[in-house]
Amino acid sequence: MTTPPILEAQALTKRFGGVTAVNGMSLAVGQGEILGLIGPNGAGKTTMFDLLAGSVTPTSGRILLAGREVTADPAHRRLSRGLGRTFQIPRPFPELSLVDNLLLARQGQTGEHIWASFLSPRRIAAEERAAAEKAREILSMMLLDKLADQPARVLSGGQRKLLELARVMMADPQVILLDEPAAGVNPSLLEVLIDRIRAINATGVTFLLIEHNIDMVTRLCHRIVVMASGAHLCEGTAEQVSRDPRVIEAYLGGAAA
Amino acid sequence: MIDLIGYGAFFLSTALIFAIITLGLNLQWGLTGLFNVGIAGFVAIGAYTSAILTTPDTPDRIGGFGWPILAGWAAAMALTAAAAGFTGFATLRLKSDYLAITTFGVAVVVQLAALNAVGLTGGPFGVAFIPRPFAGLQSDPLAFNLVNLGIIAAVTLACYLALERLSRSPWGRVLRALREDERAAISLGKSARSYRIQAFAVGGAVMGLAGAVQAHFIGFIAPDNYIPTLTFQVWAMLMVGGSGSNRGAVMGAVVVWAVWIGAGWLTSALVPVDWQARAASLQIVAIGVMLCLILLGRPQGFFGPRRGRGME
Ligand SMILES: Nc1ncnc2c1ncn2[C@@H]1O[C@H](COP(=O)(O)OP(=O)(O)O)[C@@H](O)[C@H]1O
Ligand SMILES: [Mg+2]
Repeated sequence: MTTPPILEAQALTKRFGGVTAVNGMSLAVGQGEILGLIGPNGAGKTTMFDLLAGSVTPTSGRILLAGREVTADPAHRRLSRGLGRTFQIPRPFPELSLVDNLLLARQGQTGEHIWASFLSPRRIAAEERAAAEKAREILSMMLLDKLADQPARVLSGGQRKLLELARVMMADPQVILLDEPAAGVNPSLLEVLIDRIRAINATGVTFLLIEHNIDMVTRLCHRIVVMASGAHLCEGTAEQVSRDPRVIEAYLGGAAA
Repeated sequence: MIDLIGYGAFFLSTALIFAIITLGLNLQWGLTGLFNVGIAGFVAIGAYTSAILTTPDTPDRIGGFGWPILAGWAAAMALTAAAAGFTGFATLRLKSDYLAITTFGVAVVVQLAALNAVGLTGGPFGVAFIPRPFAGLQSDPLAFNLVNLGIIAAVTLACYLALERLSRSPWGRVLRALREDERAAISLGKSARSYRIQAFAVGGAVMGLAGAVQAHFIGFIAPDNYIPTLTFQVWAMLMVGGSGSNRGAVMGAVVVWAVWIGAGWLTSALVPVDWQARAASLQIVAIGVMLCLILLGRPQGFFGPRRGRGME
């Protein structure tokens, strides 16, 4: 890694009662990188995301975002600091339109203050107009523009994954955590997804990608970190990692367990 | 004829006071999904606040502040907002049924306080001589009723317009998002705690205002006005009118109040006098039946936004 890390986890541990889901895991994601995070089911990848995104508080360890400690910041403060996340099982707002789903993600909205609707309606209207335009652009980039005014519940599983990505894009994040974006997405939509992630990355956005689809990981990721039993197992290029006997054993062991 | 107009004005005034309460509930439940079953308690706080602050001096009761009516209403809104906001804060970790039980408890506590804090609330005897707006017109009952209706209609309209603006604003969009998926909303930078407290407080302020307006409309309040039946009526109004719609909240209040009064007439006409006390519960049955019919035939109510699966 040549650039300084934009997102860093230092010795993160998370215990749920007796289960240690993440066990002293460290990780550094370089600025502009697409880093893959792989590992057998139950390795602790999703918990790692929850820790980075602040929805789960670590038992111990530290998290740094652009060099600044955010360990104790609540989850709702992370996106405005530049860290966006998607969910393994998409969580759209089903009764809201796609545009509204995206509009919600914009940070620092005047209209989200209760008195503002009475005090500065014009400013809100102007902000909303600009944001709606941007939302439609992002939706069209994700091939969702035809459904822009439909409620999100009409989307297919694959489209929901695209909506999740579209939604965090609305906040102009510096780092995006993607949890298994390819799961349940049909092959042609997957190509779209891969292409869009690449395009977004080309604008300087960093990605941390959890994915079981090895083809996607190999094509996208500059570097791969392997997790097993809540800890860092090894890291390297796709080729290095796939030849590592520890990785093969972890997957086989995971399958047997 | 004059009697009929007077009665109509009285009926509509009462229905519109319910409409204001229902508008407050619509913000909390229809928009945000907060299961508030303590409505009667918040209405009572508003009513007592304004009554205590505006009434003249009374022996054995704190008071004699003699504030102007509008100041009483503003104080009622502020105090109820604070009480509801505090309830929201204290119940941050509670969801659905647990939240319902807790808010119900709050209402019981408020009613018990009204009943027992004799030096403040007059206890079971309540507060009387609450000043009525335009009391000078009282010698002409028809004009007086119509003026009262006008005032209540204006307050209802103001609440409706304010809540309509709020629910269409980005602020209201956040409340909707929190109702649909709190975790997703948090991941998008929304503080679930802060908005939940705000929704409780704003809805509570509206309920408190309704309580205050009603106190000055009747001129007398007592703890039995604020029993769980009130909460039940308001919930029925929101369900019938359509949860999520401010228009529905107003319409539902008028329709359900009409059914309530109609059922009351029927029982008093058909049931022998000795049984009348018990027959009063038939009003609740009538509302219950109506609710069942609505939920079967049109689950979203008259004006509620349609929800469900599938493409349109
Ligand atoms: N909220 C929770 N409570 C208890 N155990 C949990 C919780 N979340 C995750 N776990 C456990 O932590 C381990 C890691 O899970 P997870 O992070 O979902 O793994 P992965 O995403 O790599 O498949 C699993 O054993 C899982 O059962
Ligand atoms: Mg997972």
